[in-house]
Amino acid sequence: MSEDTKIGGPGGKFPATRWSAIQAARSKDPAEQSRALDAIVAAYWKPIYKYLRLRWGKSNEDAKDLTQEFFLRLVEKDYLKSFDPRKARLRTFLRLCVDRFVANEAKAAKRLKRGGGAPHLPLDFATAEKELKRAKAPVGSDSPEDALDEYFQQEFVRNLFTQSIEKLRQLCVERGKELHFRIFEAYDLNDEERGRLAYADLARKFGLTTDEVTNYLSYVRREFRDIALIKMRELTGSNNEFFQESRALFGVKPK
Amino acid sequence: MNWLSDDAIARLQTASALPDVAGTRYRLVQRIGSGGMGAVYLSEDCILGRRVALKILDLPDDSGDLAARLLREANILARLEHPGIVPVHDAGTLSDGRVFYAMKFVEGQRLDRMMEQASPLPDRLRIFQRICDAVAFAHARGILHRDLKPENIMVGSFGEVLVMDWGIAKILRDPEGATPGAGSEVGDAVTAAPVKTAHGTILGTPGYMAPEQARGEIETLDERADIYSLGAVLQFLLAGVPLAEGSSNDESSSVARPLAAIARKAMAADAGSRYASAARLGEDIAHYLDGLPVSAYPENIFRKLVRWSSRYRLAIVLVITYLILRTLLFLWSRG
Repeated sequence: MSEDTKIGGPGGKFPATRWSAIQAARSKDPAEQSRALDAIVAAYWKPIYKYLRLRWGKSNEDAKDLTQEFFLRLVEKDYLKSFDPRKARLRTFLRLCVDRFVANEAKAAKRLKRGGGAPHLPLDFATAEKELKRAKAPVGSDSPEDALDEYFQQEFVRNLFTQSIEKLRQLCVERGKELHFRIFEAYDLNDEERGRLAYADLARKFGLTTDEVTNYLSYVRREFRDIALIKMRELTGSNNEFFQESRALFGVKPK
Repeated sequence: MNWLSDDAIARLQTASALPDVAGTRYRLVQRIGSGGMGAVYLSEDCILGRRVALKILDLPDDSGDLAARLLREANILARLEHPGIVPVHDAGTLSDGRVFYAMKFVEGQRLDRMMEQASPLPDRLRIFQRICDAVAFAHARGILHRDLKPENIMVGSFGEVLVMDWGIAKILRDPEGATPGAGSEVGDAVTAAPVKTAHGTILGTPGYMAPEQARGEIETLDERADIYSLGAVLQFLLAGVPLAEGSSNDESSSVARPLAAIARKAMAADAGSRYASAARLGEDIAHYLDGLPVSAYPENIFRKLVRWSSRYRLAIVLVITYLILRTLLFLWSRG
């Protein structure tokens, strides 16, 4: 994602970036294509890896290779060319592509030994594997298919939020607002502290007033949301898809 | 960074979804409703010290279409100053980019929920009259509601009736009487960008929208589409349940025939056969309540007699009693 992306606009805090990885992936400019692929890989490689492990019961090594190969095919076969945001969401489309890809691989049963010559993406599979063990298994929905869809969505959100928080941390450091971030970290991210810390406790801990804690948290949350929305904007192909996905991202349920 | 737990994700989602009212005169109290594009929050106006309802877009609207729609709705409400239409107090953009407007917080119940408790028929009909009054006023101001249904009507704790949710209303003409381009839906030039709905788009609620509205005839819709919806609301008030899609009101039901006829006329498939105005529909209900003939229900002499005797029941009883007493007195004096 662009480092010069502006957070907020003159009339409010709309994501200023209109760049969409979906549109860029169809560009004839190799640099744009590469940038688009980077954005898509960053957002989806973990959900896809975990999905391969759970849905397809692939071993750690197989899932690693298949994840790498899937993104390679995504470029080679130009899968995104057939993506229509009016018909499906990108994450649904990609999940279906993964299913088809794995089914075809199994059917052909003549896959080359993976890793032989394919340019590997620098993906941290060890972390993904640790996360896989900590996340809840896809249960509790009406159907196994729905459960997998929810799982894929949750892992996508986890990945996107994690990246957004990292970006937020950098932003706060650049702006000299490390304290703002530490309060956010203590109150919103830290599961252990959340249960026992009130605003007044945070105020004491960081030597602030309760109002300052409120304002600091409000600031960081707003920036976090803007960063997450910009990332989501990159990963959607139309305004409608962006709106629907943003609602899903923040758990806004219609009546 | 550390692994982000499901609980932390949920906290971030909740915190991010909550509108940022910092820097405004409002303080959020609680979320009291939600719709397709936004939510309504019970809030406190900290300057005036009163409760208001804030309707706020769920998220900043990248395209600006939803923001334009919300501002347009606020603009329409501002034009409709009537006791039966929820008043708007303020509109603007929050620091997080979400468009909002503030309106009166109506304490009471939605009409559909109110109907879960039994209430006398005359009370229900008086509520319906007030709905007709509000809609007639809006029509006189050149505005169609297009989504009249019990869920969009609030009955206040003091009996006031308010028509809510003008989000898909259509402006037929401006208050000065000039008609905008056919089928156009315009917002105020200063606050809300024009919003146009393509012909063929279906807006409304099945069971409550007129057939022509269900067919997506956006450009030719007029007041009679709302008359149909009012008929469906009346049907709901009479039967206690919404009319099933595609069915017609039942002659054999326990509903009084003149009332059934009123609902039937309002919901005529042919728009030309419906009431000419919401005011006329309300008048028919008033006539029914007063024991007068209703335009939707032609009477033969027998029906007239029944209605007349029903209306003047007390007087008839008194006259008959008087005649019986006079006869008895006469017979006694002769005997």
